[in-house]
Amino acid sequence: MTNHWRDFRNSDVILVIGANPAENHPCGWKWAHVGRDERGTRIIHVDPRFTRTSAIADVFVPIRAGTDTAFFGGLVNYVLEHELYHEDYVKLHTNASFIVAEGFKFEDGLFSGYDEAARSYTTTTWDYERESGPQGGGGPKPGLGQGTTSTTPTTAPSFAKVDPTLRHPRCVFQLLKKHMSRYTPEVVSQVTGIPEDKFVAVAKEFAATGAADKAGSVVYAVGLTHHTSGLQIIRGAGILQMLLGNVGIPGGGVNAERGHANIQGNTDNAISWEILPGYLGIPRPGMETMADYMAKVPAKQLRPNSINFFGANYKKFLVSQLKAFFGDKATAANDFGYAWIPKPAQNSSWLTIHDEARAGRLDGIIYGGFTGVTVGPDSRRMAESIGKLKWLVIMDPLPTTASEFWHAPGVDPEDVQTEALFLPATHWIEKSGSFTNSGRWAQWKHKALPATGEVKDDNWILGHLFRRVRDLYRKEGGALPEPVLNLFWPYSDPGNPGLDELAMEVNGVDLTSGEQLSTFTALKDDGTTSSGNWIYAGSWTAEGNQMDRRGTDDPTGLGFFHGWAWSWPLNRRILYNRAGADADGQPWDPTRPGLRWNGKKWVGDIPDITATSTPADAKGAFIMTGEGVARLFAPGNLTTDGPFPEHYEQTETPIDNLLSGTRRNPAAFLYEDAPASFADDDAEFPYVATTYRVTEHEHYVTQNVPYLVEAMPDFFVELPVELAEKKGISNGGRVKVRSKRGEVEGVAIVTKRMRPLRIGDGKVVYQVGIPVHWHYAGGKGEGEAAPMMANLLTPYIGDANVRTPEYKGFLVDIEKA
Amino acid sequence: MPTEPGLAIRRKSATPSSGTKGRSEAIEVSKLVDIDLCIGCKACEIACKEWNDLAPDDTANFGSYQSHEDLTANTWDLMRFKEVDLDNGDLAWLIRKDSCLHCDEPGCLLACPAPGAIVQYENGIVDFDQSKCIGCQYCIAGCPFDIPRFDQETKKVYKCTMCVDRVDAGLEPACVKSCPTGSIRFGTKQEMVSYGEAKVAKLKDRGFDDALLYDPSGVNGLHMMYVVPRGDMLDDYGLPSDPDTTTSLSFIRALQAVRGVGAIAIWAGLIGSALYWLRSGRKRPPPEDEAVAAAEELGRDDDEDAAIEPVPAGDAREDDWP
Repeated sequence: MTNHWRDFRNSDVILVIGANPAENHPCGWKWAHVGRDERGTRIIHVDPRFTRTSAIADVFVPIRAGTDTAFFGGLVNYVLEHELYHEDYVKLHTNASFIVAEGFKFEDGLFSGYDEAARSYTTTTWDYERESGPQGGGGPKPGLGQGTTSTTPTTAPSFAKVDPTLRHPRCVFQLLKKHMSRYTPEVVSQVTGIPEDKFVAVAKEFAATGAADKAGSVVYAVGLTHHTSGLQIIRGAGILQMLLGNVGIPGGGVNAERGHANIQGNTDNAISWEILPGYLGIPRPGMETMADYMAKVPAKQLRPNSINFFGANYKKFLVSQLKAFFGDKATAANDFGYAWIPKPAQNSSWLTIHDEARAGRLDGIIYGGFTGVTVGPDSRRMAESIGKLKWLVIMDPLPTTASEFWHAPGVDPEDVQTEALFLPATHWIEKSGSFTNSGRWAQWKHKALPATGEVKDDNWILGHLFRRVRDLYRKEGGALPEPVLNLFWPYSDPGNPGLDELAMEVNGVDLTSGEQLSTFTALKDDGTTSSGNWIYAGSWTAEGNQMDRRGTDDPTGLGFFHGWAWSWPLNRRILYNRAGADADGQPWDPTRPGLRWNGKKWVGDIPDITATSTPADAKGAFIMTGEGVARLFAPGNLTTDGPFPEHYEQTETPIDNLLSGTRRNPAAFLYEDAPASFADDDAEFPYVATTYRVTEHEHYVTQNVPYLVEAMPDFFVELPVELAEKKGISNGGRVKVRSKRGEVEGVAIVTKRMRPLRIGDGKVVYQVGIPVHWHYAGGKGEGEAAPMMANLLTPYIGDANVRTPEYKGFLVDIEKA
Repeated sequence: MPTEPGLAIRRKSATPSSGTKGRSEAIEVSKLVDIDLCIGCKACEIACKEWNDLAPDDTANFGSYQSHEDLTANTWDLMRFKEVDLDNGDLAWLIRKDSCLHCDEPGCLLACPAPGAIVQYENGIVDFDQSKCIGCQYCIAGCPFDIPRFDQETKKVYKCTMCVDRVDAGLEPACVKSCPTGSIRFGTKQEMVSYGEAKVAKLKDRGFDDALLYDPSGVNGLHMMYVVPRGDMLDDYGLPSDPDTTTSLSFIRALQAVRGVGAIAIWAGLIGSALYWLRSGRKRPPPEDEAVAAAEELGRDDDEDAAIEPVPAGDAREDDWP
């Protein structure tokens, strides 16, 4: 989230799309209700299903799964067409004025540079026109937050050309307008199935938050990300919010509701393969030295007033991280051990990892809090993949579909050669540590129950495992032993690193004085500081564990609660908060002053820019970009599938793309054999299915909890009344749902909440809802003969950029069981 | 169930002058369910079971998000879900927490012939004491909201106690504690009425013209009220629009009116009529064999107030109830 949970109470309108917060985030969601009671916040819910969120929303808008890019395109077009954007904001805080180079084109669903054979783009034409001659001079003066500034000379490339009048035909604003002009209410209605008048009503209501004194929030979850074009859907939300001036202000933002309690913390600390902790890019082949890496990875300053904080300080963050990894073994002489960081030659997402296993190119996997079979996609293929491994280690509190895959229904254990080792680990309720919530608040929690039996903490298991592996390297050697042998391991119990010790290490230390750091602006690139993750610098300072604070003062009345726990970065509660003020530093809405220049310094939230940097300095609000402003157009290789969002149909779709001749995302990677398991059209599988969770269940564990099983007792399938009538399915009876990949069987919930939609020239599309939870391993699912893992149905394909699987919007058939 | 917590008692079933008023000045309490804030998560259902040591039932999905089709002797709190088409073509998914409403004029207590089996405290909470329950189920007949449930194994009747043990200890009921959105509230009756009235005004501002605070006068008000955004749809919520203790007790009252007449024939006729009325007019039939036996026993050693003649066993069994 750019904002945070409690900030919902500051919104005028909340657009909830691809999320079901009442059901899946009930505790945080209450602040939307508080907003409604206090200031009349309006709640609009857009979803394929009428859910418990819709039940309490002011407006429900049904949508065909997987058409959110078209929905956002329509909103953006509406805002541009009716000139409802926040003009001063757009000029001051976005790249609307940037001029795009001449080679950039968009034709029939394809951007310039597409290579059909490789199914990928060369992105060189996705760039700005540059001013002639070298620019710069002294380079930027990065200075963030607490007043510490440092000067890093950068090799100044030529700056991007701009047209502040926004009239240049190739300026981002004009190109965006042209691109989005195709997303008329009529077309959007035909694509999404939203009745045109309903779409226009919603567009009008949300676009009204473009007024300077209004705040609109976009709230989303995996309903937007679980698509082959997931990243572009989020871009659509971002562009809309930028045009309306809704980023950086209280009550605004682009707000991702993360999955379980610590998914945000996982992401921050590099659970994704393409980043190091703190969102530093993973080095790739060809970046053999740190100099290579620094030349290619960090953003370059693109405008004179751009702070380019991230780009300019990248090396400090990386070197400090390497010091945390390798301690004294990381020296200036050896590039601080940079060479020891893996440089993956190919995508290493979980889809690819399991694909490698399936191809017999992987010996083993350690699962910690992950079970490929139920997580999917295409559970049968996942089970087949792990069945090709020599060994599989499962670290989990309870048996999982992975730990039990060898006796899943239909599998003969005799045929399975994989050695599966189950290491019982403590549940989070049995250990202390930090959770980072969706609003980036890292909150220290305390053990609620003692662990029982021989169950061990994950850190104990990993600590002991590491020491044994290191011993083997010492005795027997091996390929590339340095990262293992040189790993810094300073813990008081080397077999069981304390979570407090780890948190302190993640925060960082001044290696000269030995003091805990209080800010990342103190990080250095000369090896005298260490920090495992720069964005967590300040979380455990010399004053102690900031995440364990429980202060309840709220002097601004805006709900920042700076004394409660700690949020990254630097306890800032709203990201890009400088954008919440005008050129003179005054808040767009004086009644919601997130940040304000008082003549001497910025006050309110912890400022995104140096507290004493005057508005006259005109430093850009978007300190993480080279542009210094937000990107309506995403240049270069920031994305793999285009600088503007474009609607493509899902991998499996009941209709042609009404916006271009390019039917599916042209840059989505196709795994070997996977396309053979996709339905080409809706002839055999006519219905659109989507997956989700319900409030009574958490992931896959709660089928072991009798009270939660009682509350929502069985695997079910939700389907429209009209479809049930057509198929002779009765409410409460049993149904089978089949995709080209598998089949499930459960109780039918025949409901008016799943309404048929009209798409294209009047084609009726039925949608079917299938919750993710139930499985064969333990609890109530054990011994159940009927298949009930939703992901038996889902296609093995991921987002073109980040490979998040397309769990929403695939095709199925349904019949009475 | 706790029999006599240290709370002042307003009255006990079948026990004249049972109040202990004067011992302490109890403040009337109330729960309030703000339906506008309720997300139907069922945290209250589970908290109720955990606090009151009620084991989980072996439920089965019957084509609904609702966990059980109805309240049971083991399930005192149930989220009810109902889909309703609105006039403008939209859909409403009505979700209501169903549990005892703790009437200020409790039909169950007034109907109960077993001394002390139902207690109303000065704070308004209505509680059952199963140790004194004779299983006659008159409380079920007397309840205008169809709340108490008979347990075939223990032959006693059960319902929400408003966690009177917690309230006695200065805590809020378990459902209130567990509610993640603040939909279920607890405080003095006055505080809850103030909250409810203010909320209704806000709902009206938001276009819910029929919003109301559900606190019907026919039962002299409730100690568990609702804020109902769609007040025109009480029926769909499963709430009687005009509940009335007098009506629900008419049969008991009829019996009381002829008390002392002593004419067997009249008694038999009255009871027959009452039975007929109960079967056809109310959801729950009156006593079964065991209850009758218990009533007989009671009749032998209690005053005339409770000396109701045995009622012939009906042929309706629990299994047949709709």
